[in-house]
Amino acid sequence: MVTTTQEVSDRRRSRIPFPVAFALPLALVERNARAARHFWLTIVSGFFEPVFYLFAMGVGIGALVGDVMVDGVAIGYGVFVAPALMATSAMNGAVYDSTQNVFWKLRFAKTYDTALSTPMRPTDVAIGEISWALLRGLIYSTAFLAVAAIGGFVHSWWALLAIPACTLIGLAFASVGMAATTYMSSWTHLEYVQLAILPMFLFSATFYPLSTYPAALQWVVQATPLYHGVDLVRGLMLGDLHAGLLVHVAYLAIFGTVGIWATAKRIERLLLT
Amino acid sequence: MIKAVGLRKSFGDFTAVDGIDVEVAPGESFGFLGPNGAGKTSTMKIIGCTSPASGGTIRILGMDPASQASKIKARLGVVPQEDALDADLTVFENLLVYGRYFGLPRATVRARAEELLEFAQLVDKRDEIVEKLSGGMKRRLTIARGLINTPQIVLLDEPTTGLDPQARHILWDRLFRLKREGVTLVLTTHYMDEAEQLCDRLVVMDKGRIVAEGSPRALIAEHASREVLELRFDVADHAERAADVEGIGARVEVLADRLLLYVENGDVALEQVTARGVHPMSSLVRRASLEDVFLRLTGRSLIE
Ligand SMILES: Nc1ncnc2c1ncn2[C@@H]1O[C@H](COP(=O)(O)OP(=O)(O)OP(=O)(O)O)[C@@H](O)[C@H]1O
Ligand SMILES: [Mg+2]
Repeated sequence: MVTTTQEVSDRRRSRIPFPVAFALPLALVERNARAARHFWLTIVSGFFEPVFYLFAMGVGIGALVGDVMVDGVAIGYGVFVAPALMATSAMNGAVYDSTQNVFWKLRFAKTYDTALSTPMRPTDVAIGEISWALLRGLIYSTAFLAVAAIGGFVHSWWALLAIPACTLIGLAFASVGMAATTYMSSWTHLEYVQLAILPMFLFSATFYPLSTYPAALQWVVQATPLYHGVDLVRGLMLGDLHAGLLVHVAYLAIFGTVGIWATAKRIERLLLT
Repeated sequence: MIKAVGLRKSFGDFTAVDGIDVEVAPGESFGFLGPNGAGKTSTMKIIGCTSPASGGTIRILGMDPASQASKIKARLGVVPQEDALDADLTVFENLLVYGRYFGLPRATVRARAEELLEFAQLVDKRDEIVEKLSGGMKRRLTIARGLINTPQIVLLDEPTTGLDPQARHILWDRLFRLKREGVTLVLTTHYMDEAEQLCDRLVVMDKGRIVAEGSPRALIAEHASREVLELRFDVADHAERAADVEGIGARVEVLADRLLLYVENGDVALEQVTARGVHPMSSLVRRASLEDVFLRLTGRSLIE
């Protein structure tokens, strides 16, 4: 069989791995970064919310409650709650980017229709959009950790690993959030997202230890993704490493992978009809 | 360049494109002319690989959209019916970002974008947010954006709909330039003057089917006469007066507000009308156009 030069070059191209495969999703990241330059104020404001919470809770409420017992060890309330706030803010940022912002681009701005008229595929769009949410989250997590360390709420160098842990939380929530958004057809549907987020924020062992709950409820709490995120970040920030953390990592990674896959499928169904 | 056989597109029970055969040659300007809902956009989306065909076969640049969509898209320029510019970005950024979607190197895209600003006569709008552009400017920017990857085929879905006459002429001029450079143009329109201006060859579409095909001139010659005499009377129903002018010219068409007489020579025909003692309120002699072709083929006007 004769092989044409076209075929040869095609084969060679498909063999180039990582960087080329990511060139197209990165183009969408670049698009979002350029757009963000026109909305820099919203971007900056995303940093302050968790920081305000940290000082209100850690310093203010911490003075009232005193120490918290975790696995028989007493720690300051601020130290206890800082990881939860970091994990929660990773969740909130990812959810906001992947629901409100994505909804607008999907239904009104037609950003993805435009992208799909080029060689970009639905998977590239999903990966690109989610990567952007993670990149933004990465900046916030880093800044938050720095502030928390300065505030004296961080006690271990393992805390540095809380930054990638938050990226993983972002991945789980951004990808499932984006997949969910593809099912929404009106702004009111977005309110349901808040309905799912708020109880998680309040009850995922964020503000008090899991042991506070009766055994039956502990199971419910442990099923939520934010619980896994909070416990992972808390373990790292307290320097309390154990095998259980790997379960959290696996749980969040599976969540993220399924979400990306579902998002790509849905975008294809919605926009390539 | 493009070859479709028995191409079909259905949405549920509804058939938007009902078995059309189309072939477009390199360097050709090819048009789909048809009224609202004819299936023009549906056809363009299949060619643009953003909508899978429901039946028939299609090859674009020799490739099958079902398996090689990205490779085809890399060589197409798409100007959709709705501009869909990125409202969060400036004019220049719209070009840059779109070019990056093709995976082109940043420097290449930048250089190309500068050229295209020139082409689209938008150099002084370079750093404006696109919301601030006029309709005509947005359309030119959308066309420029579609050219960022130096495509071999450019798909234009109603390039000038909704623009004022001056803006349309500027656009036509830009499209002529492309055509001279040897780019294959595929466009849809419901304006016959646009089709006559831009298309070497066109198909007339109605309800998902092709009802005629040929060059604008050939279609007019085949389905209309050389000239048209339009007569208006002071009556509620122009059908009443049709019998009065029957036999003058090849055919009489009755519209809501006038009669159309398909004739070789309009002035001679008008003399014949007055000679019969028929005195219209007003009359107009014009050359036949694709509008007349469409009316002949479907019994309906192109634009309502
Ligand atoms: N996604 C869709 N789902 C259901 N019906 C559709 C869809 N897209 C188009 N149609 C229908 O298919 C028919 C052809 O639509 P199409 O957009 O191809 O027409 P068109 O010739 O481009 O018309 P126009 O001049 O108004 O742009 C219309 O009746 C339209 O309602
Ligand atoms: Mg259309």
